[in-house]
Amino acid sequence: MSTGPTAAQPPVPLLVDARGLRCPLPVIRLAAAARDRDPGDVLTVWSTDPAARHDVPAWARMRGHTVVESTVVESTVVEAPLAESTVSQADGATTWAITVRLGG
Amino acid sequence: MTDTTTPPRRVYLDNGGRAALHPLARTAFDQAMDEGWADPRRLYAEARRAARLLDGAREAIAAAIGARTEEVRLAPSHVAALHAAVGAVALGRRRAGSGIVVSAVERAAVLHAAELAVASAGDPDALVKVPVDLLGRVDEAAMAEAVARPGVALAALQAANGEVGTVQPVGAVHAAARGAGVPLLVDAGAVVGHAELPGSWDLLAADPADWGGPAGVGVLAVRNRVRWRRTWPEDAEPWFPGGVSVPAAFAAAVALESVLADRAAQDARRRAAIDKVRAVVGQVPDVEVVGDPDDRLPHVVTFSFLFVDGEALVTELDRAGFAVGSGSACTSSTLEPSHVLAAMGVLTHGNVRIALDRSTTEEDVDRFLAVLPDAVARVRASLGVSGL
Repeated sequence: MSTGPTAAQPPVPLLVDARGLRCPLPVIRLAAAARDRDPGDVLTVWSTDPAARHDVPAWARMRGHTVVESTVVESTVVEAPLAESTVSQADGATTWAITVRLGG
Repeated sequence: MTDTTTPPRRVYLDNGGRAALHPLARTAFDQAMDEGWADPRRLYAEARRAARLLDGAREAIAAAIGARTEEVRLAPSHVAALHAAVGAVALGRRRAGSGIVVSAVERAAVLHAAELAVASAGDPDALVKVPVDLLGRVDEAAMAEAVARPGVALAALQAANGEVGTVQPVGAVHAAARGAGVPLLVDAGAVVGHAELPGSWDLLAADPADWGGPAGVGVLAVRNRVRWRRTWPEDAEPWFPGGVSVPAAFAAAVALESVLADRAAQDARRRAAIDKVRAVVGQVPDVEVVGDPDDRLPHVVTFSFLFVDGEALVTELDRAGFAVGSGSACTSSTLEPSHVLAAMGVLTHGNVRIALDRSTTEEDVDRFLAVLPDAVARVRASLGVSGL
């Protein structure tokens, strides 16, 4: 038995671009994007603020979400649909991508 | 008629590492300025008077921390004491190896000195930072295992964390270090004058400015068995060239004797006040009150508010008359949040840290707790945060 290609595909993560924003704004932007999503949805936040690497997982723990991945972004070409863009300039700082699966 | 122009009394709640000067320390400092201004190393009556005050200070501090007088060295600051201890033991034990094992939540002075020591030994990967749990307590088994590996020159573990208050398992870690023949440096800078000291250490550093003594003097006790080698030029004072201010040392010792005399009463009073802060702050929506709620320093607590800018909150509280600390990146120029909060995995933004002094009253605490929720709500409103 086979399922259609649409059903087999993992959910496309929504991307919140918080590059160039200082704490606590990356977490606030991510939480705002998560507000209207459903449990099981996957969201990714891009940030250059060092505090976000600690605060996104802490927010996820407080809200019952799960951090799926936390990596340095090598290429910042946007491939996923943008939930929100700050049209920020990243100051040449390292961009981190943190991906969260929303809990129920 | 009521004078409505009088500003509210300032309440200083950031006593960790820089407490208000103890009243008896001020008296002692004045007295030592009169009697102990001379260079204690010279050979006339004025110098001998200064030397007597300095010797008395070392003796009193030694008795208070469970050391012999000759083991106690006075440093120009707590940071200088930690830098010297790490650097000199790492060099003195170079033959054993270049490894240094620390908890991830040691004071920055310990971490920076350790980074420099392993880099100077040409072995920058030889620094092992042992992780902590959500309460900020070091993984005892992992630290014991790390010190027992070959090639470790030095281990360092604080007696308690000054930012979050959590007490560390120094006894168990020292037993493991001793078994491996590795000296343990205990940073007791947040503990001396406030809580029970661990009895087992090889080097112990303490901070007079934290217990109500003057800034500008530090304490390093070194057991005779510890092998060390200076990384600085030779001087008549082997550990801290040039010596220290005699009035500052004397005032520090007098302050320590005074705070230890009624430590039990102060402990109960401040512990109850912190319990109240933890309970009341915990009622504010979306807050993490961090650190061990029970096995902790009597006078320290820290908490982080979700969706709050730490700098804005500190400023808001300052305007209301309260001086508080913060480990949020938003309050520093470095962009990096507190390495302690980060290592614990707790929220680093919206952070407030308070450390109560002996002079902090219950009314001060109640007034603080009364203004805090509104201050948080104002900062959240300014960031447009609602329903997140």
